[in-house]
This record gives sequence, C-alpha cells and structure tokens, in this order.
Amino acid sequence: MADTITKAEIINPENLVYKKTSMMTNNVLSYCPGCGHGTAHRIIMEVIDEMGLQAKTIGVAPVGCSVLAYDFMNIDMQQAAHGRAPALATAIKRLHPEKTVFTYQGDGDLAAIGTAETIHAANRGENFTIFFINNGIYGMTGGQMAPTTLEGMKSSTTPYGREWQRMGHPLKMTELIAQLPGTYYVTRQAVHTPVSVRKAKKAVRTAIELQQQNKGLTFVEIVSNCNSGWKMTPVQANQWMVDNMFPFYPLGDIKVDGELVKK
Amino acid sequence: MGKELKLMKGNEAFAEAAIRAGVDGYFGYPITPQSEVMEYLTAEKPHERTGMIVLQAESEVASINMLYGGAACGKKVMTSSSSPGISLMQEGISYMAGAELPCVLLNVVRGGPGLGTIQPSQADYFQSTKGGGHGDYHTIVLAPSSVQEMYDYVELGYELAFKYRTPVMVQSDGAIGQMMEKVQTGDQKIRLTEEEIIRNCPWATTGKTPNRERNIITSLNLDSLVQEKHNIKLQKKYREIEAVEVRFEKIQCDDAEFLFVAYGTSARICLKSIQILRAKGIKVGLFRPITLYPFPKEPLYKMVKNVKGILSVEMSAGQMIEDIKLAVECKVPVYHFGRMGGIIPSPTEVADFLEHQFIKG
Amino acid sequence: MALKGEIVVDIEKCKGCEVCLAHCPTETIAMVDAVNGKGYHYMQDIHGKCTGCTNCAVVCPDGVITVYRVKV
Ligand SMILES: Cc1ncc(C[n+]2csc(CCOP(=O)(O)OP(=O)(O)O)c2C)c(N)n1
Ligand code: SF4
Ligand code: SF4
Ligand code: SF4
Repeated sequence: MADTITKAEIINPENLVYKKTSMMTNNVLSYCPGCGHGTAHRIIMEVIDEMGLQAKTIGVAPVGCSVLAYDFMNIDMQQAAHGRAPALATAIKRLHPEKTVFTYQGDGDLAAIGTAETIHAANRGENFTIFFINNGIYGMTGGQMAPTTLEGMKSSTTPYGREWQRMGHPLKMTELIAQLPGTYYVTRQAVHTPVSVRKAKKAVRTAIELQQQNKGLTFVEIVSNCNSGWKMTPVQANQWMVDNMFPFYPLGDIKVDGELVKK
Repeated sequence: MGKELKLMKGNEAFAEAAIRAGVDGYFGYPITPQSEVMEYLTAEKPHERTGMIVLQAESEVASINMLYGGAACGKKVMTSSSSPGISLMQEGISYMAGAELPCVLLNVVRGGPGLGTIQPSQADYFQSTKGGGHGDYHTIVLAPSSVQEMYDYVELGYELAFKYRTPVMVQSDGAIGQMMEKVQTGDQKIRLTEEEIIRNCPWATTGKTPNRERNIITSLNLDSLVQEKHNIKLQKKYREIEAVEVRFEKIQCDDAEFLFVAYGTSARICLKSIQILRAKGIKVGLFRPITLYPFPKEPLYKMVKNVKGILSVEMSAGQMIEDIKLAVECKVPVYHFGRMGGIIPSPTEVADFLEHQFIKG
Repeated sequence: MALKGEIVVDIEKCKGCEVCLAHCPTETIAMVDAVNGKGYHYMQDIHGKCTGCTNCAVVCPDGVITVYRVKV
C-alpha cells in the first residue's frame, strides 16, 4: 500500500512541511540568481510570521540592492536615504516603543556612508534590530569597493585588488558594534547552506525576542555573496565566501546577553 | 495648561509652542543661534508634560532622517537648526518632499557662506524657497517677524504640513530667535492617539493590519514614467499651495509711492525706516511676505500701478529680489538693499538708501 | 518506516542558480534542459527519491520550493 502512494496523494496540504511564508509577497525578487538577499529576507519574514508580528512590525529598507525590500516583505515599510536607516528606526521605535522595528542594510549603507548613524544608534542602545548584509562589495552600483572588501579582493574600483596602504583596511563593523554598551546581542551568520540558514533564523528570532524585552540594540550580520559583483557563478561565489570571507569574518555569536563572547 | 502671557526668546517661544501643539518628537543637533530650542525643550521635560520625545541626534543628517522615520508613522515631528545644519539636511528634506511627509523645520538663519558667522542673516532665502536639495520640490516657508509669530507658526506649520503632506520650514534669523518679547500662548493640545493618527493618516506605517494593504513610504520609482507621474502630482500640489496659501501683510501701503518689500528682521527695520522717511514727506509702505514660498506674487503685482519703485530689503546679497522682479514683471524699478555676513542694517541706512540712491539716484 | 517527499517548484520563479543542488542528501534534484519564461533552466526532482527533508527549500534564495512529506 504505502509503496503505491501517488505523487498527487503526497502533494496535499496536510503533508505540507515547507512553504514560502505569506509574510513574503508574491513579487519576483529583484536579486540576481543565487544572491543571499532573498534568503535573508525570507528568514526574517518567517520569524515575523511565526511570532505573529505582522501588524506590529515596521521595517526600514536601505539604499543598495535591497532598496526594494518593501516590495518583498509583506509588512509596513519605509525606505531610507543611503546609510540613514538607523536614524529612521530610532525615531520609529522611540515614538512607537510597542512596535517591532528593524533595519535591513548592506555593508556600504551601514559601514561606510551610514557609520555614524549605526554607531550612535547602537551606543544609545536603541531598542531595534539591525540586519546587516555583508557581501564585501557595493552590489547595486556595480561592484565597487566597500569598507568590508577584503585585502587583495578585486572590485571595479580596486581592479588590481585592495591594498590597505592606499585603500585602507577591511572594516569589521560587527566587532566594533559589539564593543558598545548599548548593544545586547551581536552575532554573525550566513545563509549559504541549510544548516547556516536554520542557525541564522534562530539568531533572527533571538534578536527580535530580545528587542521585545527592551534589551537594547540587537545586531545580526549575515555574510553573504554578491556573485555578480564578484564575477562568479552563485555556487562558486558561496565557495569563495567560505574560503575567503569566513576566515576574516568568522561566523558565530560575538555578544550574548550583553557580554562579549570569549573566544 | 491654559493660555499664558509670557516673556520669551523667539527660540523658546518656538519650543513652548511645540509642546503645546502636541508635537510627538523633536530631534536636533546644537548650533548657534538656535540651541535654546533644544535646551528649553529638555529643561521643560516634555516627556512628563505631554509624552513628547526629545532626542539630541549625532548630526543634522541624523535629525532630519529621524524626522523622516517619525513622520512616516504619521507623528508630528520637528527639528530646528541654523544655516550650515540646514544645508546638511537637504538630502533628507528632498526625500521627505519626495515621499510626501509632513514635518516642521526651523531655520534660524546665520551669516554664510561656510561656517560664516553666528549673527543674523537672511542669506538662506534661495536654499529655503527654491527647494534646497535635489529634484523638483518646494517646502512651504513661513517667515516670522516677531516672537509671537515664532510661536504661532508652529501650529500653522503643522496645519499646512499635514494638509499638504509636505515639509514646512519656519525661516527665522538670529535676531528673532534671540530677542525677547511678550508671547500669548495657546492652550495645551493633547497629542494624538494611535487611533486618531490611523484615521488622519491612513498612509502612515503603523503596522499592516488585515483590513488594509501594506503602507510603504518611499521616494523611489525605478520606472521613469511612474516617477514623472509622481512629479506631476507634486507639481499640482505646489500649484494649489501657490493658489491658496499665500500670506502677507501690508503696512501703510494705501498712499505709498514707494514700497519696501521685506520679511523677518528686515521688515522690522523697514517699519522704523518708514517713520524716518514719512517724517520727511516721503510716502513709503511695507509689503511683508509671510509665506516666502509660496511668494505673494499676485498681491504684490496688484500694487505696482500705484508705486514708483520697490526696494527689497534683505540681509543678503539680494535673493528675494528675484522673486519680486518676477512678480512685478519689470513694471516698476526694483532695487535691493542689504547687509551681509551677519550685519543688521540700521533703519537710517535703509531710509538713506531709499531717499538718496533710489529716489534721487 | 521511511519518509517519502515531493517538491513543487514554482518553475517561472526559479532562477536556475543551482544553489539547492549540492544540499539534497538523496541527489534527486537537477537542472532540466528546458527553460522557463525568463530563459532559466529550472530545478526538478528527476529521480523521484525526495524524502522531504526541506533542505533545498530552506536554502533556495528565491523561495520557490514547496515541500510535502509522508511517512510510508
Ligand atoms: C547619497 C548617496 N550616495 C551614493 C549613492 C549610490 N549608491 C547606491 S547603492 C550604493 C552602495 C550599496 O552597497 P551596499 O550597501 O553594500 O549594498 P548592496 O547593494 O551590496 O546590497 C551606493 C554607493 C546613493 N544612492 N546615495
Ligand atoms: S548585485 Fe550582488 S548583492 Fe546585488 S542582487 Fe546581485 S548578487 Fe545580490
Ligand atoms: S526536500 Fe530534501 S530530499 Fe527532497 S528534493 Fe529537497 S533536498 Fe532533496
Ligand atoms: S535554489 Fe531555487 S532558484 Fe536556485 S536553482 Fe534551486 S530552485 Fe531554482
């Protein structure tokens, strides 16, 4: 009997084990094939879904490839000027302490033009969550150097590789943020394998739960690929990320319960 | 708290008016000559009086973007600054105009360019009335010329800001910000509840409930045709503002052969100059624009048939004169008199200029 | 007792990125020769060995995979 179960019998709502959350809209994502932005969006929205927070959540989209995040996240959203998302979120949360507020920002947005807003929101201990997508490059504008670009890494403005003597060092914004007393939970995750996605989602949930307890700023970095900017296939890009990005940006919790994690 | 008669600085009157108008959040960064606004607000503990939030931001860039965040939630938000700080805010003001967000901004103008001086100036006329940042937009600009008006234009500012979903700038200067005068306050207004905000601002990001679509606040339209349509809508709004919201004052204009056109501190100076000139038999009046944008073009044009000339008095190299010339369509001679860099002209200088350079010159 | 799964791929939304392929424990999925309306080869379960582990769906950046599972 069991062996003869048909495809049609299996594809049945009662057997459903995974379905895209309704907190994501049905719009086709504007991201390149294989870009981690899509997965990052989805896990955040899955958490909003599972926690039943749609009506209480206000998200802030950055300038960068994810500028259109509001087309994909099925919640009320605001689109911020380049780098200023934490300023918007500060006001939203101060004026609506009962709401769940988050920003979603790239590395150029958060760690270059918006450094001041990021650091000061963190230092004031603002009660919102920052999702920081670090792909080591400016994706939207065509693959220029970001503050997070690795040494030796090529980009359209470091065509021979980044040399720190002339172009500065890659910036570990997340470690910097973790030093500030206003941050309560700081972690670095990835979304390139099923295991990493599940871990990252747990981190997202932790961050949102801590936000609800008014613990201060919660910060989830997601190291991601920009296969277009890196000029690789998505699969190659994920491998390159494992081989090159993770050694410099190691995954794991950096600050838990307001205490730096001892390594 | 009921109405009160108080002796206050212009900047303080503005701050008190904010609390009484039921403003939800003030976000600012210190700069002379307007730091009293935030100092007064923090001293008054508005979080106890009304629940109003006051936050000292890390920069004017952060302040204006905090306004964006708060305004997008339908809240009454405010900032104040002076010229260099306002320059820094222009990107954010453009975003707010593009996303059609209401707010009230105060610019207590000081002398520029650059770091300039901390003394009063009116050299930000172009910046305030012509848009200031990138793209085709305007902010409504109200120019108080007394401490009472510093108080009154807060309430008026919010009325206009929410009516048209647009940033409103109160353009003052260091003299009016710093001087003390009597102020009649209004009653304390209660801040709006969330339900009232949702009713008044159905577009605001207050959390997506099952009974409505998502609310999205953005100034981005990747499709140029959509962006042009949005621009056309904005321009229609500006035409409506120009048709309906012009405000001005005429003083001793009925028999005037010459007209001063001046706002803010310069308008006060001109009142003294009028006394000096009228004592000499020269019939001068004052036309005072209260809205710098929309500029009172038609009311001014209607006056040209009765006057021999217009003197624009402005503490600048001559910015408003461009709007005056456009308004009067070269029907009468228009000159500019002003001092720059933070100097307030004396009534005698202004009177002398009109008498000797303009009339006789 | 074994697990038997089925995946449903939203073919028109699959971007052919191939990120899912390496994460299927039963190696039952592959890109097919055909292309969708956007010109992408899309992923399908070609060997019928899906156990419904959800790995592919969890890692798919575009969220185009729905997974069903039964105990047999
Ligand atoms: C004030 C301003 N400066 C520059 C830009 C151009 N710009 C748009 S996106 C971007 C970089 C975005 O990179 P990142 O934040 O890393 O996001 P990604 O696109 O990689 O996801 C820049 C410089 C802008 N929109 N506004
Ligand atoms: S350019 Fe890079 S970051 Fe942007 S969508 Fe493409 S892969 Fe993703
Ligand atoms: S659900 Fe698991 S077994 Fe089935 S196709 Fe996907 S990865 Fe393979
Ligand atoms: S990961 Fe998703 S989009 Fe990419 S090939 Fe697989 S099913 Fe298609």
